[in-house]
Amino acid sequence: MMPGPVYVFVFAMWLLILLGGALIVTVLGPFSFGGFVGLDPMLNSGIKVAIALTLVSVWILILSAIKNWMFKKQIKS
Amino acid sequence: MENQIIAAVLVSIVAFFTVFTITPFLIKFLEKRNLVVKDYNRKGGAMVARPGGIFIIIGVIISELVLYAFFPSIHILAIVITSSLAFCVGIVDDRRVMGGWFKPVALAFCAIPILLFGAYDPGLVFPIFGSVNIPVLYIGLVIFMIPITGNTINSIDVLNGVASGFTSIASFALSAALFVMQNYEIAIASLALSFVALAFYKYHKFPSRIFPGDSGVLVFGATYGAIAIVGHVEVIAAVALLPAIMNSFLFLSSMKKIVEHRQIKNPTFLSDDYKLGATHDKDAPITIVRLIVAGKPMTEKEIGFVIFKLAAFSGILAVITAFLMGVRI
Repeated sequence: MMPGPVYVFVFAMWLLILLGGALIVTVLGPFSFGGFVGLDPMLNSGIKVAIALTLVSVWILILSAIKNWMFKKQIKS
Repeated sequence: MENQIIAAVLVSIVAFFTVFTITPFLIKFLEKRNLVVKDYNRKGGAMVARPGGIFIIIGVIISELVLYAFFPSIHILAIVITSSLAFCVGIVDDRRVMGGWFKPVALAFCAIPILLFGAYDPGLVFPIFGSVNIPVLYIGLVIFMIPITGNTINSIDVLNGVASGFTSIASFALSAALFVMQNYEIAIASLALSFVALAFYKYHKFPSRIFPGDSGVLVFGATYGAIAIVGHVEVIAAVALLPAIMNSFLFLSSMKKIVEHRQIKNPTFLSDDYKLGATHDKDAPITIVRLIVAGKPMTEKEIGFVIFKLAAFSGILAVITAFLMGVRI
């Protein structure tokens, strides 16, 4: 194969890191569930961790989809 | 600043020449004691000395201690101890065949000195958008980081010279990023790793005269991970390592489990003209090498060159990320 798609895949991983960082810093970090229902700070952090881990799973699924789309021909060979 | 330039030059020279001058003696020592393994991809199946980890760790310890003489910092000591513990894990794995669980669990314990010395800052810094403070979660990140970097470098140790060449390029990029961020002491610590790996590459490149073994590649990976944590550049370090992370991701997404590398089917085959091609075995894992040779078989040297170009590309992305750290919107 031409190594081009591998570079595109690495670049896509980099963009996903930047996007993930943006979501964590601007949305998840400052958000407080305690403001709505008076949650314990530890529980608040626990929910954020669960959301962050869910985001990691979503990212892995996105990467898998990109991988399958980009390397379909190579993987079948 | 003058002190830092002198330290950078001296540490680089010590790191390079320690490994460069003593590795030939180690090769002779290992060959004399029949501590050799067959290089199956080589014409005639040459026997190659293994493991070379002992002089990689000596190079890391001596050069980091020279740096410590200039800048007595707990961060540098944490790097040295973590690397030494990773060497111990690697030498056990070199001597005995351990289960797939052994290295991740044992490497997690190697991160303890970083926690005990408090040589970390409990926040994650992202480019452009700032940082998040995660005091409790960060301890888990430190414990996971060393096994991840150790096993990631280990996973690309599949061809002559790739692990050492890749580590040299990635740690040089990390060093450049740390210089951009004006974290000079840890930048020099990363430069030391780069020159240790470069000196070892001289003997590891195709055709290899020595293999690093698990003891060598785990020192590369654990030192890299420790520098990322104490230098507070976890995200940049991950970017510089992207081709190796991609390799691990492709492997795990095709195998769906963690297995010891000796247990997996070979994703490539060796042709009669000693070129590597992609296997048609559906049970073999997908790896970066399998993708590179999917179109046409290539020599080991050519594949290594493609991987180094990818490492340079991700290194450039890492330096761009370092510049973006200074940008805020």
